[in-house]
Amino acid sequence: MEQVRDYKQIINMSEELMARINELLSHYPADKKKSALLPVLHAVQDAHDNWLSLELMDKVAEILEITPIEVYEVVTFYTMFNQKPVAKYMFEFCRTACCGLRGGEDLMDYTCRKLGVKQGEITPDGMFSVVGVECLGACGYGPMLQLGDNYHENLTREKIDTLIEDCKEGKVNLY
Amino acid sequence: MARKILFEKLDIPGIQEYEVYRKNGGYASVEKALKTMTPDEVVEQVKTSGMRGRGGAGFPMGMKWSFIDKKSGKPRHLVVNADESEPGTFKDRFLMHHIPHLLIEGAIVSSYALEANLSYIYIRGEYMWIFKILEKAIKEAYANGWLGKNILGTGYDLDLYVHCGAGAYICGEETALIESLEGKRGNPRIKPPFPAVSGLWNEPTVVNNVESISTVSWIINNGGEEYAKIGVGRSTGTKLMSASGHIKNPGVYEIELGMSVDEFFNSDEYCGGMLDDRPLKAVIPGGCSVPILPPQYIFKTANGEDRLLSYESLSDGGFVTGSSLGSGGFIVYNDTACIVRNTWNFSRFFHHESCGQCSPCREGTGWMDKILHRIETGFGREEDIDLLWSIQSKIEGNTICPLGDAASWPVAAAIRHFREEFEYHVRFPEKIKDRNHFVNEPMEKVRHLLKPLASSL
Repeated sequence: MEQVRDYKQIINMSEELMARINELLSHYPADKKKSALLPVLHAVQDAHDNWLSLELMDKVAEILEITPIEVYEVVTFYTMFNQKPVAKYMFEFCRTACCGLRGGEDLMDYTCRKLGVKQGEITPDGMFSVVGVECLGACGYGPMLQLGDNYHENLTREKIDTLIEDCKEGKVNLY
Repeated sequence: MARKILFEKLDIPGIQEYEVYRKNGGYASVEKALKTMTPDEVVEQVKTSGMRGRGGAGFPMGMKWSFIDKKSGKPRHLVVNADESEPGTFKDRFLMHHIPHLLIEGAIVSSYALEANLSYIYIRGEYMWIFKILEKAIKEAYANGWLGKNILGTGYDLDLYVHCGAGAYICGEETALIESLEGKRGNPRIKPPFPAVSGLWNEPTVVNNVESISTVSWIINNGGEEYAKIGVGRSTGTKLMSASGHIKNPGVYEIELGMSVDEFFNSDEYCGGMLDDRPLKAVIPGGCSVPILPPQYIFKTANGEDRLLSYESLSDGGFVTGSSLGSGGFIVYNDTACIVRNTWNFSRFFHHESCGQCSPCREGTGWMDKILHRIETGFGREEDIDLLWSIQSKIEGNTICPLGDAASWPVAAAIRHFREEFEYHVRFPEKIKDRNHFVNEPMEKVRHLLKPLASSL
């Protein structure tokens, strides 16, 4: 069986990342370092190809002076933290209620067919994946998807085609 | 001309920027409150305004503030709830995106009222681009002396930070939000003690929605009494409505509470009526947790009175013929929408978002998800409908937090008002295999198929 520990990751706690972490830590009282856990995990994940290996989680525990299990239980609770490698361009489609009403599910199927993947699968080159997520708060502008930090709204098949092309050409900013 | 409070300055070009915001009267309420009012006087004004929390529960905000424990001498905190994730609701995002300083200004005045020196804005992780907008706005507020030590030379200190979540609907519940802010899983706490006594790090805390806090500046500038004149009855002021679904103009609108549903729905200034002029099937007036309404109860209450957008009118008739204003997520369905599919969609959502602490919710939401999925995909049984009814009734009221209730109500309302659609699904499974079954053949066209059984009973 596939184990989380099978995924290896190169850990790079760069000066830039450490500076960001220290800035985040300064937002909480000195004896409440644990409070910075979620923001710190976001920063660390963003700097590590959008996923968190066990070693990386242990590193975060060390920085925040908490036990590793306190990090694991949080990472497994929140959907935005990924415990294994993900595609460079993860198309996260909202499939809840209003987006569904405006054709979100059909568009997600179209994107899967176009990329030749099923939901949750990654293309062999590691570039794309299609994931269904719950409400992203764009109900009036559906169908929509999230790519990195950004929202792409009022989507059509044509817009999906263009977006995929732009990703391939490296024209899409994730953060 | 409709009354605008939050959107008063929305159309000013560049209002997102600090300089423009300041030039147009921004931060005046901070000056007024800190220099001329005591914290308790600010609380008093908010109480007088009758403003009710805009997150969904509608609890009077001034009263919530007055519960905060100022006697223990412990540090106090304001936490702004920007974890907007109720399906159908996207107003807070709109507000923070377009007028970020309105929230910062409101948060400063509110923190002052609560005598809090360390406050947070908890924003959902998916709103990362808004997180950046707020970080920038806060930096500008610090640079211009609205935050930090000795604000305006009054001796009042306040630090305000924005904190991001990571994808959990449950963190919109105030005690789960506090847990999350402490770096833990978002498991709601048992109340009491209420956060006003023991909240963030066991210190007195008030958690308020973005829209509520953004309104505080106007209340301080114009007085609570002025605010109370707007609206209708105990529903004072204005409300942001997020309109979505099968309407011509989806978007965020500010309305004066008490506007008729008819006007909001049909006026070109707001929803603009049905998309492609198709027949109306249902409306959810307050986000996916509140009961869905069939056409006969949308524009009129069961007593035949005009249905208004207010806390009282929308809940008129209880959950049998009424609903709730909730978070103002106004979702419209036309005849191509499938109520069973929609209910399954919601149940899947609540199943996914249940924190797993209480067994009725953890097991019940999963069970309802499974049953609704099989009905929707053509594998349902007649007895499943009653089974669903029984499960939802056993979740409601039996959980620590309201997520259990929120998961039950949509299922109960869907069965109550649209039972025939459930029956159609279980009796004609071959007709509903296609996801878009009602697009091809709306209920109106197939309703006659259900009749033979009724007459043979």
